[in-house]
Amino acid sequence: MQRTEIKIGGFGGQGVILSGYIIGRAASIFDGKYATMIQAFGPEARGSACSAQIIVSRDEITYPYITTPDLMVIMSQEAYSKFTPELAVGGTLITENELVVTHNLRKDLRHYSIPATRFAEELGKKMVLNIVMMGFTAAIADVVSVEAMRSAVKASVPKGTEDLNIKAFEKGYEYGVELLEKVAAGIQVS
Amino acid sequence: MHADPIGVLTGPHFIDGDHACSEGAIAAGCRFVAGYPITPSTEVVERIAERFPRVGGVFIQMEDEIASSIAIQGAVWGGKKAMTVTSGPGFSLMMEHIGYAAMTETPCVFVDVQRAGPSTGLPTMPAQGDMMQARWGSHGDYGIIALSPNSPQECFDLTIKAFNLAEQYRVPVMMMMDECVGHMIERVIIPAAEDIKIVPRRFYEGPKEEYRPYEPERDLVPLMVKVGKGYRMHITGLTHDEQGYPNMSVNTQGKLVRRLVDKLKVNAERIIEFKEDKVEGADVVVLTYGISSRTAIPAIEQARKEGLKVGHLRLVTVWPFPERRIAELAGCIKSFVVPELNFGQIALEVERCAGGKASVHLVPHAGGTVHQPKEIYSAIRKSLKG
Repeated sequence: MQRTEIKIGGFGGQGVILSGYIIGRAASIFDGKYATMIQAFGPEARGSACSAQIIVSRDEITYPYITTPDLMVIMSQEAYSKFTPELAVGGTLITENELVVTHNLRKDLRHYSIPATRFAEELGKKMVLNIVMMGFTAAIADVVSVEAMRSAVKASVPKGTEDLNIKAFEKGYEYGVELLEKVAAGIQVS
Repeated sequence: MHADPIGVLTGPHFIDGDHACSEGAIAAGCRFVAGYPITPSTEVVERIAERFPRVGGVFIQMEDEIASSIAIQGAVWGGKKAMTVTSGPGFSLMMEHIGYAAMTETPCVFVDVQRAGPSTGLPTMPAQGDMMQARWGSHGDYGIIALSPNSPQECFDLTIKAFNLAEQYRVPVMMMMDECVGHMIERVIIPAAEDIKIVPRRFYEGPKEEYRPYEPERDLVPLMVKVGKGYRMHITGLTHDEQGYPNMSVNTQGKLVRRLVDKLKVNAERIIEFKEDKVEGADVVVLTYGISSRTAIPAIEQARKEGLKVGHLRLVTVWPFPERRIAELAGCIKSFVVPELNFGQIALEVERCAGGKASVHLVPHAGGTVHQPKEIYSAIRKSLKG
């Protein structure tokens, strides 16, 4: 059925929901797949660990909630502690490496991290860290095509900020591609 | 007649069910919304408030739901298509005016994004606990239409349908959404305006002196006029004659109320929409509506894989109820399985229509989330053990 369950975790204000929205929009509008996104409502959406859940599938999505996510993008320590136990065995974990210390990391996971905050600061706006993470995710995870992700970023960010956000996206994407090349060449990373 | 292009955002969108409902209303020609925003329906009116100034619509945030549900009826008699939007606690407050809309035959749309109750319950979590309330919540005898979408796309499509049915039959139409469908974000394709069919208001065009506001046409539905155009009008919640004036006689009451009930009965087959999947030759039919129609599919597929003959009957229109089809099926199958996010509302109707010919197995749920497919799967298995 090719159903991929994705959870984005961070704290309120980091652009967690927008990140989920970009993945879902990329898949369903620009990649011709199906996507269902569910936002977490309630106190967790306002300050502490918040999350967005997205299902991407080649077929129509019936059951709308995620149960065991295959892919997780984590941008805060609290989200790491709260959400990563849910990850599927052999799942993929993507973290922001200055915001998340991956203590007691499960051995079965494929883990990739990126200094997205630093890259965002170098671009002049810390706010775009979530878009750096999305570029990185596009490179690492085989869920949505990079072209679709790029189109979704352009279409989803506030008008006038497209160039900055695309730069942030490319930065994350390039870092991800290089990281995968290093992994393939057997070079020790992270 | 097709939609006015000014309100139609043709193209693919990635939006939630609430926003899709707003777009459906705008595409349908709705230009007046009054509401008292309440979770999980708030996004509907948020988008309406943002979009209406650009399409010439008026949104009023009212003092409460009672006022909202009667303001829309004033707007309808003033010539607009109108709706109000709420969730359980607000829906309860609107009951009196749902009866008023039924009695005065005011075409309007009530959107209820259901959350778990009773009372304030679980504001941010789904349920399907208002289904009987939608049908019977106001006092006295009357009929209404209720639709049950299972995706943001259907929130768009069925909101248009709700307005069309309201105009066709001059009844309040209920959009019975739920929190899951309302807050779920998926692809919604909005067609070109010329591909959206709109049922215009049915106006009387004869001589002014001969106009009788409550004289029905052949389909039992009377024609409306534009108030302020010189027609004599009287609109009242009291029992009224065909002229529209109060008439407190047993005869008038019998004639009026019978017609209010019958106009839905005689037109039921034209109104009712359901979707069937492999019900022919089935031993068990899973009967669903709204979000439960999606959570049931993995359960049905699992049971079929194991060789069970399972059909799926999904109600798009819940009221009027597809009595005839259910009675027919009951004669051919062993059992119905009815998953609902309540403790048995539609299952009772299925039982009534099945008339003892097939057993009915409710899969109850208090709400707060949706069914796990395995709960529905177990019920399918159990229903065949008889």
